[in-house]
Amino acid sequence: MESESQKYWSPYAAGVALGLILLLTFVLMGRGLGASGAMMRTVTWAVDTVSPAHVDSNPYFSKYAGGDKNPLSNWLVFEVIGVFFGGLLSGMLAKRMRLQVEHGPRITDKGRLVLALTGGAIMGFGARLALGCTSGQALTGGATMAVGSWIFMLTMFAAAFGVAWLFRKQWI
Amino acid sequence: MFTPLYKYGYFGLEISFVIAFIIGLLFGFVLERAGFSSSRKLAGQFYLRDNTVLKVMFTAIVVAMVGLLYLNWAEIFDITRLYLNPTYLWPQFVGGLIMGTGFVIGGYCPGTSLVASAIGKIDAMFYVLGSLLGMLIYGEVYPLFQEFSVSGAMGQVTLSDWLHLRPGLIAFFIILFALGMFWGADLLEKKFAHEEGAS
Repeated sequence: MESESQKYWSPYAAGVALGLILLLTFVLMGRGLGASGAMMRTVTWAVDTVSPAHVDSNPYFSKYAGGDKNPLSNWLVFEVIGVFFGGLLSGMLAKRMRLQVEHGPRITDKGRLVLALTGGAIMGFGARLALGCTSGQALTGGATMAVGSWIFMLTMFAAAFGVAWLFRKQWI
Repeated sequence: MFTPLYKYGYFGLEISFVIAFIIGLLFGFVLERAGFSSSRKLAGQFYLRDNTVLKVMFTAIVVAMVGLLYLNWAEIFDITRLYLNPTYLWPQFVGGLIMGTGFVIGGYCPGTSLVASAIGKIDAMFYVLGSLLGMLIYGEVYPLFQEFSVSGAMGQVTLSDWLHLRPGLIAFFIILFALGMFWGADLLEKKFAHEEGAS
């Protein structure tokens, strides 16, 4: 008999916990949480490994690397490694570890994977344009009342609600 | 005032990386416990069937925001030493639109995709691959819209600076906004649960 996985936390309890972690980060570091910045550094590191000359000649990659700068020697990179293992730990303790493709009943596994890849690419691109993602802009920027972060948050939710109907078959 | 500790020189870069890992562990753990390792749960937000995303995010924003204002008021935390995201109006406006669209298509955001990958979601692994690809493309085509990427520059400005209102008052409005949303979200969830129960 398969053991049953634990329930999720109440959203308000999870929100309080997340808020306290963010506050702790402010108090310790004077900065907030993030995710996409570390992914960008990973990309830059890969490009730098293949072709250092290309990094030096590109105005975007050279912000993170080039010369003797190591793009991975960064606070966010270590934080994101922690995020992965934190998720793993929670999933193991809650018995939620399972290889699977998650989607609604009206789309195939393959269709879902194509959309996941596409959506990821769109968001990766958008996160760089917006100078951050849900963690760095919406959450951190939201709590610090940064004007641009609130604008980002509002347009992100507006667009998501706006296009949701077009992709309903993937989810509901 | 003696915090942020790092800015006051209580520890150096190497210790800060250890702290980064520990903070990350806590962050990832809570994201998973909130249910954010599930794309259907995350995307369910945009069909108003599951409002966990809005509830978790706004609760966290309110808690951290009120905590900051309190610690600053109690002269524990020097808010002028807190990094504030600079505002670039147009790229953030358009970047938000692009990310909202990508969220519905991809079913995750960057942070949650890592947590979901960790527990074995194959769609999340494809999402991570896609986002790395999207960032590579951004870097490659960056010279084309380098100018746009810094348009509408307003500097490191808060809602309070911008609207000429006291931070406490802005916080009060954000709390009201959040409470209103929680109330509406609970109503909608009851409505959908009732409809699905009836059918």
